[in-house]
Amino acid sequence: MIEVRNIKKEFNGKTIIEDVSAVMKSGQCNLIIGSSGSGKTVLMKCMVGLFAPDGGDVIYDGKNFTKMEPGEKTEVRKEIGMLFQGSALFDSLTVEQNVMFPLSMFTKWKTRKKLERVNEVLARVNLQESNKKFPAELSGGMKKRVALARAIVLNPKYLFCDEPNSGLDPQTSLVIDRLIKEITLEYNITTVVNTHDMNSVMEIGNYILYMYKGHKEWEGNNKEIIFSKNERLNDFIFASEFLQDAKDMRMLEERGKIPNDRNMDDMLK
Amino acid sequence: MTIFHDIGQYLLMIKGMFARPENAKMYWKEFIHQCTEIGFGSLGIVAIISVFIGAVSTIQTAYQLVSPLIPPSTIAQIVRDTVILEFAPTLVCIVLAGVAGSRIASELGNMRVSEQIDALEIMGIKTKTYLVLPKIAASLLMIPMLVVISMALGIYGGRLAGVSAGIVSASIFDKGLLEFFVPYNVIFALIKSYVFAFIISSIPAFYGYYVTGGALEIGRASTKAVVVSCILILFADYILSALLLQNA
Repeated sequence: MIEVRNIKKEFNGKTIIEDVSAVMKSGQCNLIIGSSGSGKTVLMKCMVGLFAPDGGDVIYDGKNFTKMEPGEKTEVRKEIGMLFQGSALFDSLTVEQNVMFPLSMFTKWKTRKKLERVNEVLARVNLQESNKKFPAELSGGMKKRVALARAIVLNPKYLFCDEPNSGLDPQTSLVIDRLIKEITLEYNITTVVNTHDMNSVMEIGNYILYMYKGHKEWEGNNKEIIFSKNERLNDFIFASEFLQDAKDMRMLEERGKIPNDRNMDDMLK
Repeated sequence: MTIFHDIGQYLLMIKGMFARPENAKMYWKEFIHQCTEIGFGSLGIVAIISVFIGAVSTIQTAYQLVSPLIPPSTIAQIVRDTVILEFAPTLVCIVLAGVAGSRIASELGNMRVSEQIDALEIMGIKTKTYLVLPKIAASLLMIPMLVVISMALGIYGGRLAGVSAGIVSASIFDKGLLEFFVPYNVIFALIKSYVFAFIISSIPAFYGYYVTGGALEIGRASTKAVVVSCILILFADYILSALLLQNA
């Protein structure tokens, strides 16, 4: 579990995020959503320690990360896996070497054992055939999957994903979303996903934190978000006419006017 | 005030480099990789430059020594001392600032911009120790070696040009090389090459490590790293000459 308490961050005297608090539980996908510039990435970078917050605390399973000495932070970071927006794969290393890198750095395993683990995680992200390829030879979706494999190779307790679907087509996005969800459940990881993709929100959002101009505007889950009365949130999630139509359909569906899996039998009677 | 900020940040980077490695084997691997990149990667250009500066040096010295009272072996002495004292350490290091320095700055800059450095930080790796220290250590090992090779090739280039142009015979050139030889000159050249090696590696590493922005900024950082390195090399050259040669 990760707890964020009253996080504040300023850059050159300008407040970017202010008084943001949240509790992100293990075994579920915790989403930080919001429009561009709302402070999502800054909040995530404060959580992983890439930025030092100007106020507030980040607590990993009861341990206050913000007040730790650098050495202690390094130990916590070894339990963190992160999937970056641009994948952040090492250009000069092959897929296999990229995924093996954390194992080589932090374990004393023999090469054979490391290779077994690399193949295991690559199979988990459905990338069995690309071991010897370099990042430049991979598609955007494949790069994300390699980065995800690298992030989970050391069995992390916490997984952070910064805009995992950016630059991907809807089908590939869905594959990545489902992988993140499955891995979260399989390894009981506390997953934090930073996104503005509404498909992801509906697909994997067990807990959703909506950021607006640097503060927490709303929190809930993917069931509640559709029926939220928060105008700013509604403006954000129903920004397209298609989604507005979907919302209207959902309303009708809830009222039992459109057949679906749940009310089909009743309507047929 | 930016200059003081930059100097402070540079000193903090140097201080931050000295930390206990997470896995000595991986750091050693990186060090060897950098030795290959910086040393062997620059060997070709160093060899070409050295041979030609030696050759040009012989021809120009002969052109200026027109008096029949000066023995031809003096040409070899002048070429030897010029190559050892100045051409091999300073000129080669200025070229290396362009070759190795720009590579270091652009490599680290690209890693910063594409979040690879952040990825290493998240893994719990001390990035200054893992990325910067091996580059500086490899430079301190390989650049003096390149300077020694440059000295030999420069003198050989001078001999080759002198003999092939009929300026001086091989035996007279060889005789001149051994006359009035001061071993301290080689030590002085090596001291200079160590100082220059540190400049060539640490300045580009600083500009690359702290780059912000995108591809354009990487290019700018790389150019700035080379310019600053060259200026510092020339400045250090003057200071070291004043300190180590005036009282020798």
